[in-house]
Amino acid sequence: MNILETHQLHKSYANTTALHSVSIAIPQQGIFGLLGPNGAGKSTLIRIINQIIEQDSGKIFFRGEALQPKHIANIGYLPEERGLYKKMKVWDQLVFFAKLKGKSDHDAKVHVSNWIKKFDIQHWRNKSIDELSKGMAQKIQFIATVIHEPQLLILDEPFSGFDPVNAELIKNEILELREKGMSIILSTHRMESVELLCDTIALLNRSEIILQGRLQEVKQTFAADRYQVKLKPFTDQLPEGTLINKDQDIVTLEVSLNGMQTNEYLQNLMLMGEVKEFTKLIPSMEQIFIQQVKTLSHE
Amino acid sequence: MNKVWLIIQREYLSRVQKKSFLLATLLTPLIFPAIIGLFLWIALEDMDKPSLRIIEVVDENNLFFIESSEQYAFSFSNTSLDDAKAMVQNGERYGLLYIPVIDLTKPSGFTFFTMQSPSMGITSFVEASLKRRIKEQRLYEAGFDPKILESYRTKVSVQNITLDKKGEEKISSATVNYVIGFITGILIYLFIFLYGNQIMQGVIEEKSSRIVEILISSLKPFQLMLGKIAGIGAVGLTQFSIWVLLITGLSSIVTGYFGQKMPQQELMELQLDSTGQSLDNPSEFVEIIQVIQGIDFVSIILLFTFYFLAGYLLYGALFAAIGSAVDSPSEAQQFVFPITIPLIISYMGLFVFVLNDPESQVSFWLSIIPLTSPIAMMGRVSFGVPWWELLLSMTLLIGGFLSTTWLAGKIYRIGILTHGTKVSYKTLWRWLRSSH
Repeated sequence: MNILETHQLHKSYANTTALHSVSIAIPQQGIFGLLGPNGAGKSTLIRIINQIIEQDSGKIFFRGEALQPKHIANIGYLPEERGLYKKMKVWDQLVFFAKLKGKSDHDAKVHVSNWIKKFDIQHWRNKSIDELSKGMAQKIQFIATVIHEPQLLILDEPFSGFDPVNAELIKNEILELREKGMSIILSTHRMESVELLCDTIALLNRSEIILQGRLQEVKQTFAADRYQVKLKPFTDQLPEGTLINKDQDIVTLEVSLNGMQTNEYLQNLMLMGEVKEFTKLIPSMEQIFIQQVKTLSHE
Repeated sequence: MNKVWLIIQREYLSRVQKKSFLLATLLTPLIFPAIIGLFLWIALEDMDKPSLRIIEVVDENNLFFIESSEQYAFSFSNTSLDDAKAMVQNGERYGLLYIPVIDLTKPSGFTFFTMQSPSMGITSFVEASLKRRIKEQRLYEAGFDPKILESYRTKVSVQNITLDKKGEEKISSATVNYVIGFITGILIYLFIFLYGNQIMQGVIEEKSSRIVEILISSLKPFQLMLGKIAGIGAVGLTQFSIWVLLITGLSSIVTGYFGQKMPQQELMELQLDSTGQSLDNPSEFVEIIQVIQGIDFVSIILLFTFYFLAGYLLYGALFAAIGSAVDSPSEAQQFVFPITIPLIISYMGLFVFVLNDPESQVSFWLSIIPLTSPIAMMGRVSFGVPWWELLLSMTLLIGGFLSTTWLAGKIYRIGILTHGTKVSYKTLWRWLRSSH
């Protein structure tokens, strides 16, 4: 079952379309990468899911139920541009956010003290945010996002602003939450973290979803028919393809089989030279992203 | 509703717990008793050590006599002008008043010699004494007995008594009413400005730090705005109540403390009056006390609280709307300006029209129109306002803050989520009309 589904969402502002017929399905447990260039409509989609703004048309279902204000207690949201009350103490702030998301006073305090212990930040509890470093404040913000034990977590660029050590900490925390069964929407530009973390992705470009599916399947789709060949040729004759590199007598090529079976192609190849390497090329998410976004903008 | 309550709590506690709030709340009231105390102390010091200053008088006419006061004694020892000057120079005398031979119809040539330039007090005291003496002398020469004339002198003071329909009579005083109107009007003016600005700053903080995105996912923009306005209003009321308590408490302690040191004379006077003797000529002090006793403080305080809160709500919503529309405090200036205009008009109107003539046409309209009524009406209440005018003004003001809140809510809900666009009045108008 999907934790969240959108059906044909439309949203337009004064004279621009922000979302056009956006349907996505976010599976239960797992990390869903919401990708797309700036201005594609990611923020609008996230705001609609968070019920900050309303769609013009289309439907949203949270665990099969039409999305309602009460579901906010089950959603945690980390906005891209982080914000906490600067003059408010860490403890007060976290308790406030937990209660805002529907926890009782008692539960809120229990959860906050657990998280404070977990992140080993007891000595910060009476400091106000503007006394903390940026990285520390980011940690508090992360805790504020998950403090009410949501079932769906929406993280907008969660790694920006973290140094590598803290980014690692947050990454592990995200993975741990996934293990516990949480569903996470990860909106990011950083394709390496998408490769590392995401189970499913959707690519949003110019208000429309242009690509959606399990990460491995998407990659396989784009991998079709691209191979890298390393060959020590017998003669000057080379197979058809793009020359990548020529190192003394070994050439590296990127080729496509043009409908041939692998074995058949290899047989031909072996006649041209000594085959050192033959690998199926699986594009990185970054390549897919750039290629997809570019092709569409050239149309 | 729970969430609105949570917002109110946060707004309230985060401000009340600030050190700056504690300092302002506790120190400001100390200023008034401190000033009162200082004046009383100076007055008492003067009384304790009446440094009597002796003034030598050299009168070529042998005509003048000046009665000594508590501070100044006048000596007439027929010394020569030069000797007297020497006495001033070596410090034996504070000053020397030289009166040349004069023509009583055109007196001139009076000279006052001192080492330091003399105060206004002594100069006018001397002038008055000389004037009186010349007048008496001339009357005498014209055949009138100044003693008889003196006995004809009568003191007249008009007592203001307000009548009400039930036939109750109260002593009133324009001055006391003026002071009450002045203080309450200014307080509302300051309160709206100070706390309206806090609302605006708070909204800008939440907007620019994107906290608002998290808040708005949990409650409606309108609820958030109301929570903020209510929370900050509660801070203002708290501060104000503490001020009133501290100021009245400390002032009475200070005056009580010095009051014991005051000479018993005034107290005697008070007692005499209350036993009925010499009631035909009550001292001003007693009169003021009677006036103050005649003021209906309960209704003034109730009306004050009403105009105080309603005025704050009316302008608070506008300040919230401005905060939501802009990205930074500096950008807010252009929009703050138009809403300060009615505030400044009511402030000026309070002094120019309302306090001077509470019954005039302008005063009436200023105290009826919702944007100016919170300040202008407070200037009128102590003078007495017909109940239907009060009712009209209050109804319009309630309608006024409901409509500004409604308008502000429409701007707010779009404004807080709009970043990076330069907002103009045209944009605001579009937001107002948009339905979603």
